[in-house]
Amino acid sequence: MLEVRNLTKRFGGLSAVSEVSTTIEQGKIHAVIGPNGAGKTTFFNLVSGVAPPTSGSIIFDGHDITNLRADQVARLGISRTFQTTALFDMATVLDNLIVGHRLRTESGLFDVLVNSTLLRHEEQLCREKAREALDFVGLSHIANRMAGDISQEERKRVAFALALSTQPKLLLLDEPAGGVNPEETEGLSELIRKLVRHDLTVCLVEHKMQMIMSLADRITVLNYGEKIAEGTPAQIRANPAVIDAYLGSEHADV
Amino acid sequence: MRYLTGKPGWLLLLALGLAFPFLAKNDYQLTVMSTAYIFAIATLGLNLITGYTGQYNLAHSGFMAVGAYTVGILTVDHQVPFWIAFALSGVLASALGFFIGIVSLRLKGHYFSIFTLCVGYIMFLVIEKWESLTHGTVGIIGIPAPTGIGPLAFESPRTLYYLLFFFLVLGAWIMHRIVTSLLGRTFMAIRNGDELAESLGINLMRNKLLAFMLSVFYAGLAGGLYAGFVRFLGPGLAGVEHSFDMTMYMLVGGLGTLLGPLLGALMVPWLTQYLQFLQEYRFIVFGPILIVLVIFVPHGIVGSYVAWRARRDSLAAPVPSATAASDAVEPQPKASHA
Repeated sequence: MLEVRNLTKRFGGLSAVSEVSTTIEQGKIHAVIGPNGAGKTTFFNLVSGVAPPTSGSIIFDGHDITNLRADQVARLGISRTFQTTALFDMATVLDNLIVGHRLRTESGLFDVLVNSTLLRHEEQLCREKAREALDFVGLSHIANRMAGDISQEERKRVAFALALSTQPKLLLLDEPAGGVNPEETEGLSELIRKLVRHDLTVCLVEHKMQMIMSLADRITVLNYGEKIAEGTPAQIRANPAVIDAYLGSEHADV
Repeated sequence: MRYLTGKPGWLLLLALGLAFPFLAKNDYQLTVMSTAYIFAIATLGLNLITGYTGQYNLAHSGFMAVGAYTVGILTVDHQVPFWIAFALSGVLASALGFFIGIVSLRLKGHYFSIFTLCVGYIMFLVIEKWESLTHGTVGIIGIPAPTGIGPLAFESPRTLYYLLFFFLVLGAWIMHRIVTSLLGRTFMAIRNGDELAESLGINLMRNKLLAFMLSVFYAGLAGGLYAGFVRFLGPGLAGVEHSFDMTMYMLVGGLGTLLGPLLGALMVPWLTQYLQFLQEYRFIVFGPILIVLVIFVPHGIVGSYVAWRARRDSLAAPVPSATAASDAVEPQPKASHA
């Protein structure tokens, strides 16, 4: 589904991501892990089009998306969440979600001025998609709450809902369980499994090893911008290079 | 208070606006109100790019001057009929906005504001120095009043008042359409954060540029009305202090609300009138009021009220698991637009 070839991003002399190649398969959960500063978020930024890569290529569903802007990538069906989601705190959760489906609508200024049927139809559609997404993540009961009043875990789920309302094929989740307690983490894991059951492909960056090991079908390990290992959770757990990167070389021979 | 929000509130304001000429004691009060309307129209525009889209444009008064000079130059030097010149005032401001927007909107946050501050000053300098076109510091004198349409003549202060009121109502109504539509939601998504908006498939440049051009279209038309109303123009209209005035109107009323900037633009000039006897010292009164307002009522008068009501509605919203009272009606909070 997504094929990354020799992807490199340099900031001045520093290579944040260096010659990374990997493939994300349809209907799988693919995790990207690595110590702090390993280039995980930069990798996400490159794939989602936030920043252009220095070299290498990204192919999504047969399209070369290497040099597309983030909004163009989103239109093709890659949606992402951020470590923190900037919601409009003074509006309701539902209000915040309605714009999520905007990219699949056509109405412009002219439709607004004449209040066209297209516009009214699309506004209705966006509202429905927002409700659907909210139902999916299990938050329909807080649709009318102020976005500023909801908990961290609910915020994470709203971020999922926002990404879902764009009707993506591939979801990139940046630390979906960052800052939530273990019990809530389990709930979010279940939500990610549910996404995959609904024919979505998920790629996530996460620090919580336990979560990753039980969730991921495939794991890519980055260290100093380079891919040092890739494989199933069992393979990764046994890989000396990974243990080295995480625990230090004295543990590598265990 | 409930009855003062939504449609009834707007109708009340409309009625007050229509009745004002009969309540005003003299033509002077009519003039103060009419001038306030002109700046209210421009403030509506500024609020679109600043309050709704999150890009604080400090060249706004420059665009107002562009609209005003379009009318001034075309009617006085080229004998173009007022209404044609007036229509061009918005179009020209927008066209200029397209080119300035393409360059300036690449910058984010404060850098955009600083850049537009400079753009505004350049516009002021161009108007002041390009004497062959703009008459320089002498200004343009003898701009004709708006020509009558059919039986309507715009000679007296009262008819002029109604003309300006008409454009204010029209402008506010169209703005209402824009900000409550998907387009408005798109702009607000950009205000909340470029990154997230872009990841939702929103083309940042195209939407920012559209908001910017619409915003300066309002400024241009307000300028055109100003030229026809005051009938004298000097480069001072482009001065950044007018942009700051409009900013104050927005802050007092509430950034990113429809009613807020309108109320601010109508209230503050009256306050200024009442403090006229203090002359320049009135800023000693204004300054602290503004500081107190920004610290304690950061969302402005309307913004704070809307937030309070939205929060109350959200707390009153029925939770599915709870035993739903039979009369619990699902509220439809219009949080982001009053």
